[in-house]
Formats: sequence, C-alpha cells, structure tokens
Amino acid sequence: MPAVEIESLSHAFGQGEMLRTVLQNISLKIEPGEVVLLTGPSGCGKTTLLTLIGALRTVQQGTVSVLGERLDRAGRRRRQQVRRRIGMIFQGHNLLRCLTAEQNVQMGADLLPDLGYRARRDEARHWLRSVGLEDQMGKLPHDLSGGQKQRVAIARALAAHPRLLLADEPTAALDGATGREVVELLRRLAREQDCAVLIVTHDPRILDVADRLLRMEDGALLPSVE
Amino acid sequence: MRNLWQGRRIPLSWLLLSRQPVRLLVALAGISFAGILMFMQLGFRDGLFDASVTVHRLFDADLVLISPRSASSIRMAGFPRRRLVQTLADPAVEGVSPVHWGLMLWRNPETRLNRAILALGFNPDDPFFVDPSLSQKTESLKQKGRILFDQLSRPEFGPIADWYREGRTVETEIAGNRIRVEGLVSLGTSFGADGNLLTSTETFLDLAPQKPPGSIEVGLIRLRPDSDPQQVVERLQSRLPDDVKVLTKQGFIEFEKNYWKSGTSIGFIFTLGAAMGFVVGCVIVYQVLYTDVSDHLPEYATLMAMGHRLSDLLGVVMREGFYLAVMGYVPAYLAGQGLYWFVRDATSLPVGMNATRALTVGGMILVMCMLSALLAMRRLVDADPAEIF
Repeated sequence: MPAVEIESLSHAFGQGEMLRTVLQNISLKIEPGEVVLLTGPSGCGKTTLLTLIGALRTVQQGTVSVLGERLDRAGRRRRQQVRRRIGMIFQGHNLLRCLTAEQNVQMGADLLPDLGYRARRDEARHWLRSVGLEDQMGKLPHDLSGGQKQRVAIARALAAHPRLLLADEPTAALDGATGREVVELLRRLAREQDCAVLIVTHDPRILDVADRLLRMEDGALLPSVE
Repeated sequence: MRNLWQGRRIPLSWLLLSRQPVRLLVALAGISFAGILMFMQLGFRDGLFDASVTVHRLFDADLVLISPRSASSIRMAGFPRRRLVQTLADPAVEGVSPVHWGLMLWRNPETRLNRAILALGFNPDDPFFVDPSLSQKTESLKQKGRILFDQLSRPEFGPIADWYREGRTVETEIAGNRIRVEGLVSLGTSFGADGNLLTSTETFLDLAPQKPPGSIEVGLIRLRPDSDPQQVVERLQSRLPDDVKVLTKQGFIEFEKNYWKSGTSIGFIFTLGAAMGFVVGCVIVYQVLYTDVSDHLPEYATLMAMGHRLSDLLGVVMREGFYLAVMGYVPAYLAGQGLYWFVRDATSLPVGMNATRALTVGGMILVMCMLSALLAMRRLVDADPAEIF
C-alpha cells in the first residue's frame, strides 16, 4: 500500500467569476520510506497540494488516499484522526513559546494512544537525543537557535510515530549549512522509521537529498526527470 | 487513580498563564477587584439588613404577635391586648409579655431641636430580654419618667451618652413630658430609626397619650421547651381573629428585612452594585483570555494540524478560565475579610464574612471566568490549520 496515492486531483479557490484553479489533474504516488522533494516557483500550488495531502483541507475533485485512508470521502473528524499519523514540519518552526523543548516534543508524543505519561516523556527525550539536543531539553524556544528550533520541530513530528512526514520549506529560515544538516537529519531519521517524506522546497542546495524529484508549474506536475 | 496520573498531559493551560506573569497579574488583579466589589456590595446590603433588626433580636420570645396592618418597625399598628392574653389558653404557651412600639419626638437637650426616635415600652418586671445585663438595667425603669438611651444613636439626639458618663443628670422632653436618662444600652441605628430608647409600659403610655387604651403593637410569647413553634403558630393563627398575625421570632425578623428588601430600593441598589462588579470582571477576564487565544492562534492551529482535537484545545481555554477563577478568588476573599473588619471598625455596622456570601461570590467569579472563557473560545474556532503553511 503506497503512503500517498493521488488520482486526477483538481482544486480551485473562490467562486463564480473569481474562480481560480490552483491544482489541475494531479496524479502521484509516494511509496513507504520514499523521500520525495517537490519544487516549483512560488504560487504554483505546492502548498495547497501539501495541505490536501496533510488532511487539512477538503478534497474538491479527484481521489486522495493517505496511509490507506480515502481523504476525499473523509469528514472533519476522520481527517483529524488521519493527521495524527502524519508528521508535519513547518516553514517557521511553529513551536509553542510557553513550552520547553522537551514539552514541545511531548505535545507530539501525547498523540500516541494508550501510553502513560512517563512513557510519553521518555519518548520525547529519546527523539530530542536523536536530533542531538539532549543538552537543551529544558530550554524555551526563545533561547534556541534557528537550527535547534527546527530540530525540535523534527523531533516533535517524529515523536508521534508518523508513517508520512510532510515538510513545507523546512530550510527557509536557516542558513545553507544548517539547512543542509537539518534535511540530512530528517532523511536519516525518516529512513530508520520507514516513514515516507514529502518536502516542499525551492532551496536548490538540498535537492540531492531526495530519492525522487517532482516539479510543479501552474498547478500541474511536470513529467519527472529521473 | 494510577491510570489518571499516568494519563496526564503537559499542563498547557497552566504554562500559558504562568509563562506570562505580567498578563497573569493583570488578570488576577481584575478578577480580585471584581470579587472585592461584589463582597463589598453584598456585605453592605446584608449588613444594613442585619442592622435593621437589632431591636427585633433583643427579645427572648419564641413567637410574636403583630397587627396585620403593621408594615415595618417604623410603622407599627396596634391590636387589642386581649389577643395576647387569649394565647395563654394554648397549652404550649408558657408566658406572654406586651410591648409598645412607636416613634416619638425627642428633644435634643443641647440644641432643643426635635427628632424622631424609636421607643419601646415593656413590662420591667418581666422584660423577656435575651441579654441578662439588659434585664438588670430595667429595674430602674420602674420609676415613672425614666428611660434607657441607646448610646449608638446618631449624635443629632445630643451628647446624651457623654453627659451621662460624666455623671450629670440628663433630662429632656418627649411630647412635652419630662424624662430622665437612667442608663445606656448599645443597640445601633438602622434604616428606619436614627436612635432608640427603652422604657416601661407606664412611661410609654404617658409619652403617647393619644394611643387607644388596651392596644399594643407587639406581643411576645414564650413557649414550653418541648413544643414545636411552627405548629403553635398555625394553631394560634387559626384560633385568633384576623386582627393579629402570629409569627415565629425568625419570621418577625424576616418581616422587617423583607420590608427593606422589597418595599424600598435599597436591596436593588446594592444588588446592582454587585452585578456591576460581575460585569466588570467578565470584561476583564474576557479581554485577557481573548488576547491570550489571539496571541497563540498560530500555535493552536499547529496543534490542530498535528492532530490534536479541537475539543482538547477548548479544554485548554476552559482550564485557563478555571485557574484564573481560583487564583483570583483567594486575594478577593482575603481583601474582603480585611475590608469587613475595617468597615465594622469605622461604622459599627454588623458587616462580616459568612459562608453563604463567600460561596456566592466564589460562584459568581467562577461563572464570570467560565463565561469569558466560553466567549474567548469562539476565537479558537477561527484557527484554521490549513492557513499555517
């Protein structure tokens, strides 16, 4: 079963005269454990595609299956449950300002069902060690560097044991070397978990991390160049 | 229990509040202020109502007879004294005592100006007082023209208490009759009476010659210890004609309080004051929670994107409201205690904390915080997880 399977997906914003098509007849497939990069000029619909796969929007036309769940037939509640199995990493780190690094990661681990408090906390600590932040666990996001924050965000995304990881411009706020480091880490950890990864980016320095590269333009996927 | 402990989460609501100490303090100050306002207004209201029945509490009676035409302590109507004697036929009645009750014009011995004072005339041989020291003082009233003056009366009646304590013979006039102050008592003023005096039936009748003979305003009844006052009330009421009303002592006190509560606007004014405190508190808590939710909207949206339920996040806001209520109530309660003490000290008004009011205000603060949290939650519904990418 593929992690993501999309068949002739189209999406539009606005109504009537103002109707603007952002996605046109998109079909794609991501296998478990695969690392896929999606690039394209800004405004081409990458982020919309990501939110649709991430079960954050209602599917208008076409079929979308994520982790064996048909999102085009799913209601609000169903989509929320699918989201629990998807890790998300955002452009800004989106950490909770009032929580320490450890507590932020635990907000991810808290999504794991039937696990005691201590087990969830150990889970959070395990992932912080994996991203190399064992010394920074008690710090607030305010006291962490950009790269450290993004690593906390990765730990948080992975702490819920996702089968699919979605990342939107994870290197946008980082300098070249740090960005490279973070993406390498992301790929390594996802590999270990056999977790599929979809990264939206237009950072040319990280393109070689991917198993496969998808290019988008004007709401359509360009034929892939293997 | 163990499962509950193991199932616990990061205390997000608490951390949201405590990691912004300035905002938390502002919120708590606002809630406490609202609480203090409510404590003050309700305290004054109850204190004033309590003050209006100090005279009613003087008598150690189980039942009280009054005329159904009596409206309050300042407008007591008479009824035939016979009715009081008739109650003696009931086996549960142990003893009775008549009381005359009315306003009189007291002449200030210093300025010679007249002012209305509440006068009570009773039988000095059988005074029925709760306070035994008061009963001893009534001995001196057996002589005609002697009265006991309430030293807590307003100063407009003259420096009676000072003069008396200096050892002077204090004499003045009521309705043209010379009277002498034979002692001091401590009762206190109320809405209706600026001052009080106690005297014997005989003196009272001399001072109020226009009163029809054989008419009294209040009849005190003492019951045998094993009788049930409520039953006797019903029995007496059915046997006696309609020109008297039978009340328990508590009923007599309520009768007076009810007059001031519903017959005047005093209760309304103080209740309105308390309601203002409630509204002010609501606005403050709502502002704080609304700003808090707005500030953290992207974070809430992130949590929703991660798969946290909206209901979990609503719970976070609810708990914030609850913590604010608890933390705001404690200083409000303590400040309320302090202010009551201060008011008692300054005005001798019987204002004090009681469990009912402590619970009422606590409940109001809780409702206030929860209501505000509920309103602030609407903002949370605006958090669209699709917008955070």
